[in-house]
Amino acid sequence: MAEPGPLSVHEGVPDRAKVTLLDGNALAGRLAGVLGAEPTLARLTCSHCRSVSVLAESVVEQDDGGAIVRCRSCTRTLLTVVERAGEIRLTFAALASAELPAVTPG
Amino acid sequence: MIVGSWLPARVARVIPATPTARVLELDVPGWPGNLPGQHLDLRLTAEDGYQAERSYSVASSGPGTSVELAVDRVPDGEVSPYLTEVIEVGDSVEVKGPLGAYFVWREDDPSPVQLIAGGSGIVPLLAMARARVRADVTTPFRLLYSVRSRADALYSAELDRLAEGGIDVTWAYTRQAPDGWAGTVGRVSPASIADAVWRPTDGSMTFVCGPTSFVEAVADTLVSAGHDPLRVRTERFGGA
Repeated sequence: MAEPGPLSVHEGVPDRAKVTLLDGNALAGRLAGVLGAEPTLARLTCSHCRSVSVLAESVVEQDDGGAIVRCRSCTRTLLTVVERAGEIRLTFAALASAELPAVTPG
Repeated sequence: MIVGSWLPARVARVIPATPTARVLELDVPGWPGNLPGQHLDLRLTAEDGYQAERSYSVASSGPGTSVELAVDRVPDGEVSPYLTEVIEVGDSVEVKGPLGAYFVWREDDPSPVQLIAGGSGIVPLLAMARARVRADVTTPFRLLYSVRSRADALYSAELDRLAEGGIDVTWAYTRQAPDGWAGTVGRVSPASIADAVWRPTDGSMTFVCGPTSFVEAVADTLVSAGHDPLRVRTERFGGA
């Protein structure tokens, strides 16, 4: 079988079956543009188990369609991040709160 | 720091590193410099407009517009085969960054540092070790680097020089050790990790990077051994 080149053999349809298990560091670029702040140090509180963890340490399941952010303590979905056609959609689930450093207008 | 939009980048150097990995030097006009441990998002665009993005750790740090990456080929990957086999000097990509404030070593932190890398997880940790050698500080640094074999190790010659420069380097070989190796061959264990790292009472800051399963096994071992979970920082890149 020929080695698939990334720019030549795609069919334009994301392979949603291919999920990569990562952590919140992987969402830094996508969320920074939305939040206007560095997101990996955001302190996320889970509404289910009340544990608090920074985004960087949260479980992220990523595929070509987007990312699911899960609580590392109880595995509940905190939020999902889907990017499509230049738009980012955040859907909040078990995220009780997110604390971020305020951005000073510069 | 607010991250701006995509920056055009040009491949300035391509250096074969292992049978499956390359070091890429990118020239990124407008790159604001970066801290050791940060990463960037890299975007490829095909002629028909199809785009693919991945995150890569930066091996360089400090000011300047030259950005060094080291990319290992992920079997069945979409982007890494292109970066490790196809891309040439002069080719264009786009990058966004620098990204991340969590997995970062700051030279004004005097805590002893423990670096633990699995495979290409060495990249952000090398950036930290390089920064430590360059900085005018005496912060004690240790590195535990787990690789399949010496031939699979990124930056092996440079790591040997770092060892001579005062950074304590411990190798762990999971498949094949070099000739004359006195240690055991196999995955790191609670005992081998305890032998290589600072004690829980040393107040160290630990950075663990590698495949997700490696990072979770190592972090769990450290916390079980009494290390403060808030001082064990992790970055996972998926994989096996």
